[in-house]
Amino acid sequence: MKRRQFLTTGALAAGGALLSSQVTFAGTAEGRKPRLVFVILRGALDGLSAVPACGDPGYAGLRGDLAIGKPGTDGGALALDGFFGLHPSLSFMQQSYTARELIVFHAVASPYRDRSHFDGQNVLETGYPQAHAVETGWLNRALAAIPSARAPERERGISIAPTAPLVMRGPAAVTSWSPSHLAPLDDDTLQRISDLYSHDPELGQKLAEALAAEAIADERAAGVASANGGADSADGAGGSMMDGQEEASDAMMASGAAPGQHARERPLLARRGKPGAQYAEVVQAAARFLRQEDGPQVAVFDTMGWDTHFNEGGAKGQLAARLATLDAALVGLKVGLGPVWNDTAILLATEFGRTVAENGTRGTDHGTATAAYLIGGAVKGGRVVADWPGLSARKLYQDRDLEPTLDLRAVMKGLLAEHLGVPERALESAVFPESGQVRPLRGLLRA
Amino acid sequence: MDKGLTSAIAANRFGLGARPGELATIGGSGPDWLRAQLDGPAPEIAGNGLQSSASILAQIYDLRRTIRAERLSATADGTDGGAGVPGSSGATGSVAASSATADSSAAAAAIGAFKKQGQLIRPIYVAEATARFRESVATDRPFVERLTHFWANHFAVSVDKAMLAGLAGSYEREAIRPYVLGNFTDMLLATERHPAMLLYLDNQISMGPDSRAAQNIARRNPDRRIGINENLARETMELHTVGVDGGYTQTDVTAFSEVLTGWSIAGPDGWRTGAQPGTFLFRAGMHQPGSDVVMGKRYPDTGYDQGVAVLRDLARRPATARFIATKLARHFIADDPPAPAVDRMAAAFSESGGDLPTVYRALIASPEAWQQPVGKYKTPSDFIVSSFRGLELPVRQDKAPVGLFQLLGQRIWSPGSPAGWPDRSADWDGASELLKRIEWADAVGQRVGSRRDAMDLAPQLLGSVLSAATREAVAHAESASQALALLLASPEFMRR
Repeated sequence: MKRRQFLTTGALAAGGALLSSQVTFAGTAEGRKPRLVFVILRGALDGLSAVPACGDPGYAGLRGDLAIGKPGTDGGALALDGFFGLHPSLSFMQQSYTARELIVFHAVASPYRDRSHFDGQNVLETGYPQAHAVETGWLNRALAAIPSARAPERERGISIAPTAPLVMRGPAAVTSWSPSHLAPLDDDTLQRISDLYSHDPELGQKLAEALAAEAIADERAAGVASANGGADSADGAGGSMMDGQEEASDAMMASGAAPGQHARERPLLARRGKPGAQYAEVVQAAARFLRQEDGPQVAVFDTMGWDTHFNEGGAKGQLAARLATLDAALVGLKVGLGPVWNDTAILLATEFGRTVAENGTRGTDHGTATAAYLIGGAVKGGRVVADWPGLSARKLYQDRDLEPTLDLRAVMKGLLAEHLGVPERALESAVFPESGQVRPLRGLLRA
Repeated sequence: MDKGLTSAIAANRFGLGARPGELATIGGSGPDWLRAQLDGPAPEIAGNGLQSSASILAQIYDLRRTIRAERLSATADGTDGGAGVPGSSGATGSVAASSATADSSAAAAAIGAFKKQGQLIRPIYVAEATARFRESVATDRPFVERLTHFWANHFAVSVDKAMLAGLAGSYEREAIRPYVLGNFTDMLLATERHPAMLLYLDNQISMGPDSRAAQNIARRNPDRRIGINENLARETMELHTVGVDGGYTQTDVTAFSEVLTGWSIAGPDGWRTGAQPGTFLFRAGMHQPGSDVVMGKRYPDTGYDQGVAVLRDLARRPATARFIATKLARHFIADDPPAPAVDRMAAAFSESGGDLPTVYRALIASPEAWQQPVGKYKTPSDFIVSSFRGLELPVRQDKAPVGLFQLLGQRIWSPGSPAGWPDRSADWDGASELLKRIEWADAVGQRVGSRRDAMDLAPQLLGSVLSAATREAVAHAESASQALALLLASPEFMRR
């Protein structure tokens, strides 16, 4: 039997058992309407980088160049509870932790144990133990199960997306909204397309020209390029933007040398605005809808770009920049929600984690357990919830990944029951079928 | 021929882009699948609210009559002489003010009339373009539909010219579609007679200097210049039949344009002479009398039939066979058309007297068309239609799908010149245009990605053309949406 460190540390003394067989209904005070936001982190966000286990003796060695230093060191983690830290890009999250509005869950995973993005996201969104079991999502089924106190036909949920993601599909009436113009192309998608074009000189050159022209036109891009550049763009596109056109075509040609050679050694010219701007419009829209008195209670949106196989970077680099963007999005949500923040809980989850050790291209490959986050004025925060398995070589899952010790559905069940008043019977049957052995986490929210 | 490849080539190069399951249906017998499509009826489309050109023109005439009447009755009551014009002070001031008012009210009236005409025409354009788009996405005979687009582009009109937006769709249905599987000469006659073409190339007002009408006008108003418009004659020779190197001279163009005087359109009062308004009308009074010599042959003045005779002879010329064959080879095979394919199709054209299915069979039989896995860069229209077919996206009734063509640079029926849309990669592979396609692919991925399985679709749409690099990129995408975007943006999908 492996010995594990069982952690319930935090600013608050732990109140009551973490796991409980009883679930209380949400006690919504008169006039208060609870809001829930679900942020899907698509691409498998590296939980060991977002929430480094600095206190684990195996951490620094196994993570190598990707390791985040201890709090107080140069480029080190932001302090949480003395064992775990937060990535230095997540400053708002750390402030929320101190203000007792953030719970971090670690070594957590859905029931899915393989490593396909498509299947993993399917399980994350359907709430079933196997992929492709149904065409509906756990959140929609939960909304359908909430006893209707007021107008029953009112749409309870909204997706800020062109169309509802799977988690929001199902019997409950929900709606979606997205800006009418074409949303900016995600940098990660753009990078992958340019990689594909590295085998096609014509298209590669055309794309490079187009991006160079855009970069010259967009003066703010210069700032982002240097933020994203990191250590590896020394001779790449992070340099002078004014001859971007030649530079970029050059980079494109150079990186297309041989099939299989990873073309991502030179990060693309960043195309869009300052860090944090990427989700600004989405987040403002979500806040706007949730603030309405008779508007939806639940909002969902996607984030992307977490699949850091190449040049992940540590305290600085590609992942650091994307985490900064995510952190800024949360700030935007808080500001946008105004007083409604106090009734809000935001759940952020990803389909699985990443390998503990670095791979051959200065990144990480698909893993298993990772971190999840619950943040908001309604959250009883200021703690890390983790049954920590440890990072020594013997304790890794399949000798490569963080071992999962907490089922993500436990978090979701507790959240849905206590925050939205979803009946226990519904949670165990319609919302999360075949999950009888997963007990809801209690006490995630303020009374 | 590698059987695995021929299905993909048949569906994507000859067709409009594979639909899921289409490659399996073709089953390695690409040429058979194409030939079978030629055996069916003409590729007509009908639909709710699609009207005839005559009916549309009649509505435009009615609108103009109404606008004219309104304007006449407005000037009849009291907006004359400047009486009561606000702000006028003193005699000179009030006269100046009143003429300024009259000018500005005339301008305002013209703008108002233009807007009203636009309000009449725009819904017609949207309905026609949507119907055509829907057909290209849904058709089971995509080779024939692609040929229809080819011919509509060969005998091109453009909607950027007044009124054409209301007629381009009905023109294609009336003058192109019935003849795609028929004879070239019949299509030539139908297009050159069609009111849309006459309006586009300004032939309806082309008047022979010695015609009765010209003489009447000269008697009444000697200073008024009226005469022949060469446009239709020139474009018929240069763009529709023998081509710019077809051996004609300026003298031939002038002579031919005299032959074509009188080829006009019945106006709103056409009923008086038994002609339906908005249909072709030969106006003998505008026709230049006398015989004409065109490309070495003398054509006696038989009125309307003089023009028909010239057109028939143009269609029969070897230069026309070669011109058409070259265009077809460029469209289906390569920017630089391979000579053997051109020769084969030109011979088929000449020997069959312009029987188009015979020419198409010669195209299908050209090994050059089956050699490259991918060849030509897709036009925006190719890209959009193949995406909609491959992803089975719905074509909705509202304006949005039609606007997409404009966004990506190929607004339906809007080539901007009688030469039609160009047909070389260099005309379409602009850098910012590529970026727009990629952005759109990303948006499509966001919209439907989670409802499609890109890994399953990739081989269904591309067959053996699918590269290992693209397959891997799709497999390793970080979300279903991104996987779909990568498939649409892949080099193999950007070409056909």
